Amino acid sequence: MDTPLIEVVNLNKSFSGVQVLFNVNFKVRRNEIHCLVGENGAGKSTLMKILSGVYPYHEYTGEIKIEGKPVKFHNIYDSEKEGIAIIYQELSLVPELTVYENIFLGHEITNGISIDVSREIIESKKLLEMVKGESISPMAKVKELSISLQQIVEIAKALSKNPKVLILDEPTSSLSETESENLLNLLLELKRKGMTIILISHRLKEVLKVADSITVLRDGHTVKYIERESKEFNENSIIKYMVGREIKEIYPPRIREEYNDVYLEVKNLNVIRPDTGKKILSNINLFVKKGEVVGIFGLIGAGRTELALSIFGNPYGFIVNGEIYLKGKKVKISSTEEAIRHGIFYLTEDRKEKGLILIESIRKNITLPRLDKISANGIIDEQKEIVVASEFLNKLRIKARHVNVRVSTLSGGTQQKVLVSKSLFSEPDIFIMDEPTRGIDVGAKFDIYNLIRELSREGKAIMLISSELPEILGLSDRIYVMGKGRITKEFTSVENLTQEEIMKYAID
Amino acid sequence: MRTFLEHLKTFLKENVRDYAMFIALLAIMAVFSLISQGNFLAPVNISNLVNQTGYLGVLSIGVTLVIVIREIDLSIGFLSGFLGAIAAVLMKFHGFSALAAILIALSLGTLAGLLNGSLVAFLGVPSFVATLAGWLAYRGALLMVTSGTGTIIINNNTFNAIGNSFIPDIPGLSNFLPQYHKLTLILGISGVVFIVLSSIAGRRRNIQRGFDVMPLDIFILQLIFISGLLLYFTFKLAAFRGISWTLVIVLIVTVIYSFVTSKTSLGRHIYAVGGNPEAAELSGIEVKKIKLIVFASMGFLSGLSGILFASRLQSATTTAGTLFELYAIAGAYIGGVSAAGGVGNVVNSLVGAFVMTTLTNGMNLLGVDISLQYIILGIVLALAVIFDVATRRRGK
Repeated sequence: MDTPLIEVVNLNKSFSGVQVLFNVNFKVRRNEIHCLVGENGAGKSTLMKILSGVYPYHEYTGEIKIEGKPVKFHNIYDSEKEGIAIIYQELSLVPELTVYENIFLGHEITNGISIDVSREIIESKKLLEMVKGESISPMAKVKELSISLQQIVEIAKALSKNPKVLILDEPTSSLSETESENLLNLLLELKRKGMTIILISHRLKEVLKVADSITVLRDGHTVKYIERESKEFNENSIIKYMVGREIKEIYPPRIREEYNDVYLEVKNLNVIRPDTGKKILSNINLFVKKGEVVGIFGLIGAGRTELALSIFGNPYGFIVNGEIYLKGKKVKISSTEEAIRHGIFYLTEDRKEKGLILIESIRKNITLPRLDKISANGIIDEQKEIVVASEFLNKLRIKARHVNVRVSTLSGGTQQKVLVSKSLFSEPDIFIMDEPTRGIDVGAKFDIYNLIRELSREGKAIMLISSELPEILGLSDRIYVMGKGRITKEFTSVENLTQEEIMKYAID
Repeated sequence: MRTFLEHLKTFLKENVRDYAMFIALLAIMAVFSLISQGNFLAPVNISNLVNQTGYLGVLSIGVTLVIVIREIDLSIGFLSGFLGAIAAVLMKFHGFSALAAILIALSLGTLAGLLNGSLVAFLGVPSFVATLAGWLAYRGALLMVTSGTGTIIINNNTFNAIGNSFIPDIPGLSNFLPQYHKLTLILGISGVVFIVLSSIAGRRRNIQRGFDVMPLDIFILQLIFISGLLLYFTFKLAAFRGISWTLVIVLIVTVIYSFVTSKTSLGRHIYAVGGNPEAAELSGIEVKKIKLIVFASMGFLSGLSGILFASRLQSATTTAGTLFELYAIAGAYIGGVSAAGGVGNVVNSLVGAFVMTTLTNGMNLLGVDISLQYIILGIVLALAVIFDVATRRRGK
């Protein structure tokens, strides 16, 4: 057998103490389409960022071999030199520049002094033909092209560097059915012309259509290598390997009560992005009862966060149509401030960018949403603030010396507990928790699971958004599955429910 | 003794950013006083220095909050000049009283600030551009108002008193310490006593709460340093004619802004918007409203600055307000405000403005050529920010 084009041996990678890749092994043969599959957070993107030099050599352990030769990438240019070109989910084109300028951005063709525009245009045409983009004018501005055409330009740009291997990260996630179909056909065509391709996708139908071999990642481990000829080259087996783990004992027992009062109900919610005009949520109907934990499962791009924000005062100015009822009463919530006043709190999935003010202290972060609770006539009672914040320190076992410590100095799990304290301090009846355990250690996870149970015992309604299936199964009383901006399935009971069953409704 | 020096060393290392400005100020004053053979530190010059800082100081305070929320306001200089001219015109040609003219100037300033704020918050115009447009427009407006007359001399004594008069002394004590202004001494000393007592109480409270406090010896050193500095200025002022009305106004503004920024929900919200606008939004803070308030306050203070300046010159000139915005912004940066947002202290910005005035005043006193003055000011500003960026990075 040939030496593989790319081989990764025993790769380990940690982020500030949290290990995300464990002895990952991975190989890609020449001139094949290799697919990398796994749930959100399985480590796919991390692996690709190591291959493309985003995470430099000294930040991981293990070996990368290209055509049998060990390589060390210190930056993106090193990996480009070895012939690796990557196309990220978020396109990296400059909208205001033309197609040909984008294609040769960073490696312009010059005649010694100035850019040789006519040669760039001719070369762009050739490249575009290679990727079935003859219809695209090299002189058009990128912002005038549709997303799918932009993707083709992006591929042409990658090919302009003469790569040995082309990596595509979830390329179809923002494309329609036919556009996806075209893209997949293009990949097959490129393979025929001799290209090697790595495709990251969670749409298994697409994977089965184009893959010659598949690597399944789960929780940072490589769990299976499947070739096209294998008996296991089918959806069910792959799903089994993607999710196949047992629910551990870290989930506290359910309360098992009948729930009656509906706290939150959403009817016929439709949401459109004003900038792109794209519909991001259609016909959402759901409800959450008092004391109930309702899991919302979906993969990236399913519209979970958009759903949460549309309920939580719509801070990003989407165009929202639909009705929201709180405790049976129809309400109109037009700002986050009103949402908090109505007893809703949204716990963001992005604690650093959107959740916490990192340069401020623990106490100032905790009290921010409801300063009125610790102030009179707009003047803050610091003594009271310190007492309240210190209570959270004890209650949630926040590892910090005192409440005046800056949040930026805390670990991820501790920061998450500060964020949770912030939501508790605002005393909502309805919690919308978006990935409340993302990127934190098991101990902190366990504390947060217990807290969720306790909140439900106190009669709070909890919407738990998560892409971790065990978490959804272990905590939810009821589950909605989302896909492509719709609710694809409601499970009214989690008894005898398997992860495979849920996953089936989330993909494709 | 060894431990004291060690304490001092680690303390200076960790807090160098907060104290560098004061140390630099002392150094600047020492150099000027040496070269000017003591003239620079003469009571009359110190009094001048304080009064000259007034109209820049209030702008620095306002622009600190603007920079804290990650915006900028370039229109404040000519807005200040324009509103000073408006006050002058109202009093001189339309028979308005000083109070009415002042109130109108302050209200117009607030309106102008609201306009800037609306452009930035609701229409999404970058503040640099929105306020640059204001810079041009107010410059034109100032020229228009003063076009017929050129410089407008203000005859209203009440108005002129703001920039040129001093608080009265305690009556009937003219034989006791005749060379000093007694009320100034009393106010200054009680101010220092208040600061010392409240610092001690604050330190005690923080120890009880288990918070980190600075070592006792350093704390005492700091108190002595601050008290010494304040007492020095008190005696200098008292040896001339005492506290000016300008200083009274600046102190009131400083106390109010300092209180609002550190003790109220509004202040917390302003710093939250600057520290992380998205987190602020998701915490239920109306970011647009906060922006509007900060720009409105800036407009109000521009009006106040215009009044202080016109009153000090007892006239409105065609060039009033020129470069004020840049001096005020420079003062804020010297005072340690961060362009990244969320960090800045109004008292430090006031001291920063004082540093700027000290430099210009001293250089004028020494007869330094104006071209050289600008170059030196530029270097000082660059150094201050380089220093700030460097220490901030190490702080991380």
